[in-house]
Amino acid sequence: MMASIKRKVAVIGAGITLFRRRLKETGRELSFYATKMALEQAGITLDDVDAVVCGTAPDAFDGVHMKGEYLADGMGGHRRPFVRVYVGGGTGVFTPIAAWWHVASGHFDIVLAVAEEKMSSCFPHPQKAFTTIFDPIYTRPLGANLVWIFALEMQRYMHVHGVKKEQIATIAVKNKRNALDHPCAQLPAKITVKDVLESEVMVWPVQRLDISPPSDGAAAVVMAAEHVAKQLTDDPVWMEGVGWCLDSTYWTNRDLYYPKYVEYAARMAYKMAGIKNPPKEIDVAEPYDPFDYKEAHHAEGLMLARKGEYLKDVKDEDDIFAKYGRDGDLPICPSGGLLGVGNPIAAAGMMKVCEIFWQLRKEAGKRQVKNDPRTGVAQAWGDLMQVGTVMVMRV
Amino acid sequence: MERRVAVIGVGWSGFAPQTADVSYKELMFEAATRAYDDAGVDPRRDVDSFITCAEDYWEGFSIFDEFVPDQLGAVLKPTCTVSGDGLHGLVNAVMQIESGLFDVVVVEAHSKASDILTYEGLLKFAMDPIFTRPLGWHPYALAGLEMARYLYDTGNTEEHCAMVVEKNRRNALANSLASYAADLTADDVMDSRPLFEPLKELDVAGLADGCVVMVLAAEEVAEKLADKPVWVLGMGWANETISPELRDWCRPVYAEIAADMAYAMAGIKNPAKEIDLLEVDDRFSYKELQHVEALGVCDYGEASRLLEDGVFDRDGDLPVNPSGGSLGVGNLLEASGLFRAMEVVLQLRGEAGRRQVQDVEVGVAQSWRGLPTASGAVVIFGSEKEVKKP
Amino acid sequence: MSVKVKEYRGTYYSRKDLEEGRVMAFKDRPEARYAWATGVAMGRFLAELKQGRIVGRKCRVCGRVLVPPRMFCEMCFRPTDEWVYVSDTGTVLTYSVSYLGPAAERLKEPIIIAVIQLDGASPGIGILHKLGEVKPEEVKVGMRVKAVWKPPEEREGAITDILYFRPVEEG
Repeated sequence: MMASIKRKVAVIGAGITLFRRRLKETGRELSFYATKMALEQAGITLDDVDAVVCGTAPDAFDGVHMKGEYLADGMGGHRRPFVRVYVGGGTGVFTPIAAWWHVASGHFDIVLAVAEEKMSSCFPHPQKAFTTIFDPIYTRPLGANLVWIFALEMQRYMHVHGVKKEQIATIAVKNKRNALDHPCAQLPAKITVKDVLESEVMVWPVQRLDISPPSDGAAAVVMAAEHVAKQLTDDPVWMEGVGWCLDSTYWTNRDLYYPKYVEYAARMAYKMAGIKNPPKEIDVAEPYDPFDYKEAHHAEGLMLARKGEYLKDVKDEDDIFAKYGRDGDLPICPSGGLLGVGNPIAAAGMMKVCEIFWQLRKEAGKRQVKNDPRTGVAQAWGDLMQVGTVMVMRV
Repeated sequence: MERRVAVIGVGWSGFAPQTADVSYKELMFEAATRAYDDAGVDPRRDVDSFITCAEDYWEGFSIFDEFVPDQLGAVLKPTCTVSGDGLHGLVNAVMQIESGLFDVVVVEAHSKASDILTYEGLLKFAMDPIFTRPLGWHPYALAGLEMARYLYDTGNTEEHCAMVVEKNRRNALANSLASYAADLTADDVMDSRPLFEPLKELDVAGLADGCVVMVLAAEEVAEKLADKPVWVLGMGWANETISPELRDWCRPVYAEIAADMAYAMAGIKNPAKEIDLLEVDDRFSYKELQHVEALGVCDYGEASRLLEDGVFDRDGDLPVNPSGGSLGVGNLLEASGLFRAMEVVLQLRGEAGRRQVQDVEVGVAQSWRGLPTASGAVVIFGSEKEVKKP
Repeated sequence: MSVKVKEYRGTYYSRKDLEEGRVMAFKDRPEARYAWATGVAMGRFLAELKQGRIVGRKCRVCGRVLVPPRMFCEMCFRPTDEWVYVSDTGTVLTYSVSYLGPAAERLKEPIIIAVIQLDGASPGIGILHKLGEVKPEEVKVGMRVKAVWKPPEEREGAITDILYFRPVEEG
């Protein structure tokens, strides 16, 4: 395995739309906005693009079967090599990974990776679509709701490590506050731990402010082979590590307290990037945070903290900003994450890749982390507590 | 390409209009077991990455890759879905190997069409929800529209399409995997009920269940493990717009682009001379003629003459769909392209039994994702590492 | 390049805009119905539930008893070897209290859900089900529970032939 990587690949442009509960534009139109912005930022036109990789999560949201085929026009896929890749919630980070092998294989010099989600099309609520992620024979008849698996996992994480809800709530506080500086954010807010703990109980121990919202949105990046990237920009951001991993279908047969699949994906990406000591060598991270406890869970899977220790010594808001704020020891989710910016599934993961790109280029404006970042990691998660996708980027 | 890639194992299961006795998981496990045995690999130890080709609505699940790793031996390994035809999955497997990331990659595609109660409803649900769907047409109307314009532009006729059906369903008589083998004639096809004129009932392939798993490996591994590695010499894939308002109604542009890309990679300049065998999508009879022409074997409008001359017969100069194609074997949904690739691999290995084509060194598999898409792929396989110059 | 971009695109509308017709919409419902073949493993599992029994499959190589059953062992990648009945008593591995129904609608009475390791299944091998005859605040990880079945004449060969699991006192 991992013979040796043939070509270096860089991200040279990124684009994103507003993330909102409902957007008037169709999925194709949103894809077009994000794609156009990414091309403009890279200083190229669609004619320069050799191939397109599409990322989008369940077809049941947009209400279109073979959704990738439908979206292709908006992503620049017309009369081009085009493919859709899909690993549930992990899709957003996986899409640029697939685009990476399009370039690294030597077949293409410039490839677009575009992610879209339009969840508002699904009535009465996008969560209805999520009920079909469960096995129809042994899970759906129980009346399963999406939040169940998160609640069961959160409970297990808290039980095994003795982590408290007050500690977990600080993550929601941090990310929603960080999102105040993100121009596309859907739910930026200045809230307190008390607000989180007093919010409506959804599926105990999950409360309303522990969860990211359903959203519409799109995001895109342009990726290029080394010789092309160097011609087009003085500031390429190199994709130095990619990793992904899928665990067993039978999530009730696994101990949910730890995401081993994220660790395996991270090990693959770190090995490729030559990272031996993740907390020391990584300057900024965007772990996937559809729920607040997930940031802790995933940061541990990414080996940025030991198992159960992400929130060690974090008792209140001040502690979390000191450790993981933009000027903290290790900035985590400076974008505002899914909790603050919004969660249009595939586009949300891609938003994290865009954020690391902007952070490493020092173009993140008010969100810019203060530690002169050279190495960043973006991660997404998906399926039945099952898949991890990890990308390491460097300047 | 810097790293050569070969197919070192194929496996299949199902291939019947109904597989009610097994679940899709059990179907996949059987095909995977055969493929790993054929390749001589242990998936838990030797395989680096897995790709499954699926669409949520074919399966009745959201996020179908949740349900695939266990039966493929892929648990806790790099595994993903390519939401495309099996050949789309295959080209991504090849790229994963070429990039240097992996040495051995597995591709899976299947059809459990018999689990679907509303096949036409799903096709309708794939159409643009704002422009096309409200018209309320049966999805096959698009095939009728395309067939009409294609025949009008090329001068090929309905009778030629009927001859394709006769050829493929008869070819299928020699294929034990075929669900729709039949000794019928072009006249039977012409006499079948009109659906969306000029499209008739027997111009359409019937649905079937089946699973195909394929093991691919980098050159050094392939040569160690396989007696008869089958090399990927070229590949291409492309989309045209799915909008009926904008697409080309005569030419399958997606197939033209994909073929050009694949030929450039393989160094093929004269497809008719340099290719020994074609497996192309024929889920509607006219599609076979259209795809053969798009692949540059002859000009538009000339496929009918070659068909009449027997060039495309199993013992002809350029056999097309010796497997029986979708018309003979059945419409395998996203497994359609991978099934064609398997046929080419078996032919190049000389293991196609009664339907073996003589003297084949270069074979091409071409896929189309079916209605309402304009999306497909082309993969060129060879028993040698290079295409011999004529 | 966020600092280099002046405008981010997208046009927000509210639920009210939609309901009052200020945003155009086309409504459609997919014709998407399925009859999944349960196959060998799940077919037997469901048939046994109808008889009031829970069955798993054992892999002789790794020794694990898998519930729900499957005909292949995902870790050893080989066929599983034998049918094994497991008990309808077990231990709560994790639990939750759900105030939401499948479409995120608010439930009048919350339901308690749990992952339960049945006695006879291998460690960590749990199934998802509901708990009953217990108050939310009384549930604990590690609690012992037993299945409460539907009356035999009402069973249909479904996971819901077990109504829920209730706590049991054990010496």
